[in-house]
Amino acid sequence: MIKIVYDGNNDPVTFKEIIGGTIADLLDKDPDVIYVDADLMSTIGTYKYHTQHPDRAINMGIAEANMIGVAGGLAAAGFKPIAHTFGPFASRRVYDQVFLSAGYAKNDITVIGTDPGVCAAFNGGTHMPFEDVALYRAIPSATVFDITDTVMFEDILRQAVNLPGVKYIRVGRKTAAKVYEKGSQFEVGKAVKLREGKDLTIIAAGIMVHKAMQAAKVLSENGIEAEVLDMFTIKPLDEKAVIESAKKTGAVLVTENHNKIGGLYAAVCEALASNLPTPAACVAVEDEYGEVGPQDYLQKRFGLTSDNIVKVAQELLKRK
Amino acid sequence: MLTQDIHELKIFATEIRIGLLESIKSRGFGHVGGSLSIADALAVLYGSVMRVDPKNPQWPERDKLVCSKGHAGPAIYSVLALKGYFPYEELLTLNQPGTNLPSHCDRNKTPGVDMTTGSLGQGTSLAAGMALGDRLKGRDSRTYLIVGDGEINEGQPWEAFMFMATQKMDNLVVFVDWNKKQLDGPVEDISKPFDLKKKFEAFGFHAQQVDGKDIQGILDAVKKTETVKGQPHAIILDSIKGAGVKEVEDTVSNHSMTVGKEVFDRWLNGLREELSALKGEK
Repeated sequence: MIKIVYDGNNDPVTFKEIIGGTIADLLDKDPDVIYVDADLMSTIGTYKYHTQHPDRAINMGIAEANMIGVAGGLAAAGFKPIAHTFGPFASRRVYDQVFLSAGYAKNDITVIGTDPGVCAAFNGGTHMPFEDVALYRAIPSATVFDITDTVMFEDILRQAVNLPGVKYIRVGRKTAAKVYEKGSQFEVGKAVKLREGKDLTIIAAGIMVHKAMQAAKVLSENGIEAEVLDMFTIKPLDEKAVIESAKKTGAVLVTENHNKIGGLYAAVCEALASNLPTPAACVAVEDEYGEVGPQDYLQKRFGLTSDNIVKVAQELLKRK
Repeated sequence: MLTQDIHELKIFATEIRIGLLESIKSRGFGHVGGSLSIADALAVLYGSVMRVDPKNPQWPERDKLVCSKGHAGPAIYSVLALKGYFPYEELLTLNQPGTNLPSHCDRNKTPGVDMTTGSLGQGTSLAAGMALGDRLKGRDSRTYLIVGDGEINEGQPWEAFMFMATQKMDNLVVFVDWNKKQLDGPVEDISKPFDLKKKFEAFGFHAQQVDGKDIQGILDAVKKTETVKGQPHAIILDSIKGAGVKEVEDTVSNHSMTVGKEVFDRWLNGLREELSALKGEK
């Protein structure tokens, strides 16, 4: 069951606390869960666990390719590995390893890539993955999540370790808007409708869910009722929810903290084109590299704001 | 080991060579050189060392083999067929549409193949994870890893080797098939491996070097690994690409070869004569 408690305020709990805490709890409760990291344990608060249980929480050093391969081997030996590093290294740096040593070889692993897109902030362009979803989407049978809040992260990670195939979870480390009540349980591959609407559908994921809700409020004040879907599972996409909503509203806007190429926008457009051609637009990164700066600056820099969603929505409605 | 047993392993190695050439002959092309060069090591592993059960390929307590130079698949398939994992005739389906025997090893297709490999370097980390996993599960299994000397141009194996030594994986043995050649030419000219034994020692391994065709030497080296604890093991096989078939050994470019059936038959006949002679000596 999912209970929505969104009121626009930030979650008092950081992702970092929940990521580290959930991994530790999974390790304690399931002897088959094992966690590997590429020298970034301290960034998600798991280093302490590693010092107490070095066999269950293994620091692989700055060697991401080896980390993914070892995770694959551990899966073959009967474990349920969780591998963590920052998003760019969890995706583009280890793509061949995830693709072959995990995916193709059917060694089931869960990969957590932290600080997706603009969340990389002061680590800058080298650390700013705008392409991780595109890469993981192209791995057959992979499951891809873009996490909205801490409650969702905890539930999704607990489910992901027991799912077959490659699972990729992109999630920030700081705080985000609180959307779901603690204890909410999510269905993998099923979107959450956060707001009913009739004029346009906004499909959002990750940090853009909050921006979509803010935009929907402004649009409503201007007489436009937007339906908002939290599409936290990007693959497999909830095509049914996309098509049902598009049928009702006749216009779809997708917003994501990712390059507009290959991510959620692409997934939604593919579903619409095959089933129900519908005018669509996006608020996403316009095929650019990242850069350094505070996250709010970067969101403006790349157009990932509620103002931009309102503007793009109004233009989109003219195409209905 | 008794002289008689070494003799049996020599026969097995020759049978492995015949099987892999029959397999490659069925398509007319394939990775001849690097398959032949590991035949003697495979004969020792599957003929004498490894604890496996061909009737139960997934037995968790078994010893495992990761052929990280995945293109040596035909050598592995030949051994597995001879051990009875699948019918010998299946060797003739190599690389046919829908086959269970693809060019590169695939654990989801071939009974007895313990790990999927083919993108060079990756088998090293997979083997490390498997050996670590077995240790954590309390299994008394050993993992044997075969890497090519060209393969270690890649960086990932060296990440894996450091990790194996850090984790003191004495249940893992790395064989380096030092056959001196990679696809485009001599390893020495392309990316020098330098002194591999010293290099492995510097990486924290218990390292040995043996003649890649010396069955007694390989067997002694493997036995030695069982007595050294607290370190992973490396055995450098001083081998010849194409070993066992003079004409292949003498061919400069012998990584993947396309030759006529009559050429394969010439090689096979030579090996069959050797096999008869070996059997006659019994």
